[in-house]
Amino acid sequence: MAGEKIPFEKKVLSENDRLASDIRARLDDHGVMALNLVSSPGSGKTSLLEKTLGALSGRLKMALVAGDVQTRNDAERLEKAGGKIVRPIITGGACHLDARMVGAAIADIDLRNLDVLFVENVGNLVCPSSYDLGEDMKIVLISTTEGDDKPLKYPSMFRRSSVMIINKIDLLGHSDFSLEHVRANALKINPALEIFELSCRTGIGLETWFDWLIRAVARKKGKDLTKASS
Amino acid sequence: MHELRIATEIIETVQAEMNRRRLERIGEIGMAIGALSGVDPEALSFAFEASVTGTSLENSRLNIDFIPVEGHCLECHNEFSVNELCFVCPKCGSGNLDIIRGQELNIIWLKTDDRNDSAKGDNHGR
Repeated sequence: MAGEKIPFEKKVLSENDRLASDIRARLDDHGVMALNLVSSPGSGKTSLLEKTLGALSGRLKMALVAGDVQTRNDAERLEKAGGKIVRPIITGGACHLDARMVGAAIADIDLRNLDVLFVENVGNLVCPSSYDLGEDMKIVLISTTEGDDKPLKYPSMFRRSSVMIINKIDLLGHSDFSLEHVRANALKINPALEIFELSCRTGIGLETWFDWLIRAVARKKGKDLTKASS
Repeated sequence: MHELRIATEIIETVQAEMNRRRLERIGEIGMAIGALSGVDPEALSFAFEASVTGTSLENSRLNIDFIPVEGHCLECHNEFSVNELCFVCPKCGSGNLDIIRGQELNIIWLKTDDRNDSAKGDNHGR
């Protein structure tokens, strides 16, 4: 005799989604742009944030949540780069950030006095894709020392991201990585992806990213920050 | 890697429902997992089996319906399967589409273990 089948519809991660919606509503109330940075380990999330802090600290009020599996190293780098509001999250082995961790990390930040919140996720292209953190968008980084087929291997992440940043373009030619291939692969998964090519080491391409960021933050804030002086 | 965390959430959710319905045992948990959910069904089943040892769900198993990706073209309103993860409408070539299936990570049903009936001496007549 078989058991009785009971309909019981329940989204897994619905508690995470609820907490993420709360975070999103709080950030929206204050016009704070929230960006969730995701990538494999070593693609350059921390480097990109260091460069962004260095160049834009005078123009944008930025807070950073730095997720790390074990150390405070990334958070310390960001503080050294001029980050005034840096909140480390040490996940203690967990492979992703969830909305509860981010909510706790930003609880004491004065959102009235903030333009943008960067969340540096744990380096991992799989697990963070399942967890909404209340961000406006996910930004996925890939570097030229990785395989240019990564968008095809991790479609969920590239599909859920709005921006792809290709880092380390100064190293093009030293590996088999092809800009043309990575673009084609990524756009196949997500034709709406906005793509930037840059090198955090040499600085090439960073200006275009800074301009985009300033405009995106201004749109969210509902005011023109492009002319603000530093 | 996060399948363990997800397995734990499934176990807690189902146990809460078992308490609510006063069920002692669940035979199977029916789930829908989309190809774009970011969750690997095999890894989840493995994590589930490893996590239920010593709990009220010890003899339960996941019955996973793997959902392929389907899109709805916002230009020509064609509905189609997204084959080989190419997110472009095969009819009109537009990439402007909604994903209508394939992102699920849901519990859909529970199947009681018939030992519930004998334990309670209660026949549901099904």
